[in-house]
Amino acid sequence: MEISVTVNDATRVTEVEPRTLLVYYLREELGLTGTNVGCDTSSCGACTVHVNGESVKSCTMLAVQADGQEVMTIEGLAPSADELHPMQESFREHHGLQCGYCTPGMVMAACSLLEENSAPTETEVREGLEGNLCRCTGYHNIVKAVLACSGQDVS
Amino acid sequence: MIPAAFDYKRAGSSEEAVALIAEYGDEAKLLAGGHSLIPMMKLRLAVPTVLVDIGRVGDLSYIDDRDDHLAIGALATHRSLETSELLISECPILAHVASKVGDPQVRHRGTIGGSLAHSDPASDLPAVVLALGGSLIAQGPNGEREVKVSDFFTGYFESTLSDDEMLTEIRLPKAPGDSWNYQKFNRRAQDWAIVGVAAVEVQGATKVSLVNMGSTPLRAAAVEDALAGGASSEEAAEQAAEGTDAPTDLNASPEYRAHLARVLTRRALEAAGIS
Repeated sequence: MEISVTVNDATRVTEVEPRTLLVYYLREELGLTGTNVGCDTSSCGACTVHVNGESVKSCTMLAVQADGQEVMTIEGLAPSADELHPMQESFREHHGLQCGYCTPGMVMAACSLLEENSAPTETEVREGLEGNLCRCTGYHNIVKAVLACSGQDVS
Repeated sequence: MIPAAFDYKRAGSSEEAVALIAEYGDEAKLLAGGHSLIPMMKLRLAVPTVLVDIGRVGDLSYIDDRDDHLAIGALATHRSLETSELLISECPILAHVASKVGDPQVRHRGTIGGSLAHSDPASDLPAVVLALGGSLIAQGPNGEREVKVSDFFTGYFESTLSDDEMLTEIRLPKAPGDSWNYQKFNRRAQDWAIVGVAAVEVQGATKVSLVNMGSTPLRAAAVEDALAGGASSEEAAEQAAEGTDAPTDLNASPEYRAHLARVLTRRALEAAGIS
């Protein structure tokens, strides 16, 4: 079936099988491999992208469900090729990553969290990221990065 | 993991969805948020040959005040329940329990109608809706019927919905105030409850329901009767496992679940201020 999806502000018209998961459509049809497949069971959040501005796990959504919708992936977050999004900058500043595998999903989930709650407490950040697992267990600095990005003092 | 191949149909209205599932019979499944169905399809535990996507049926996402009750469209997401000012004021237990389902990404997609129709005894929303009481509206080829919540869940992942019916609306009594509590016991943040307990005062009576203590969500009738008969919350909670048939799995034995049901019921009643 032919779908038309606005991905990172560009309209993409693609023929997909109905059973194609959104994450494989992004990675394999569009070549946007910044979105990772982790657990593939909607647990780990590595595949988190935004659909119409809200975080979703793209391993648990069909590409055909995104037809006519707006999708943003980690590639679409930065304002330009030589500038990071404030959340990405904050992850870099506070060392919110170790191996980096969970990072695209963490950053997308964190941006969605701040959209819904612009000044979360530490507990709210931890609960707001409960759908994203970091196997390096680097949560402390991830939480710090999100708090800092919301303009809170983390020194 | 990729689901088996299927034909994809998108319904623009509930009438169109019902016509499509009537046409394809038990080969077809309705797709709302997909957060129960798609994981099952990826594991090939569900292999529908036709998916009828109702995610675009725009007029079923409402949360309305109908004076003597609340009416919720089946496609209202967990996130919309969690943040609904109307629910926070008139049925706070439902808003709270919606905020305990899965994780934020799941709550952005998952729907109350999907959760009830899926009828998983380990899910949070079926049990709290059972405690609240009220009724559900099912639309079929011959029109609508109203089913009492107490008659809806019939077995493990089974409800009274037939293959050609779609759940469209949930009608619940108002339960404002602070006399409610939900206890969810799990090992990891986003897991299903090993056991859960909802306690809520509805129109002057205390209702208690149990998550994952049988093949359906269950009312803790013995606890409710004991409270109505004047028992303390501590005494009443001792009856929490009466009439249950708790499952055994990697997380817990039936005996451990019975213990949890008693402890969590006592905690829920005490936290709700029911003594």
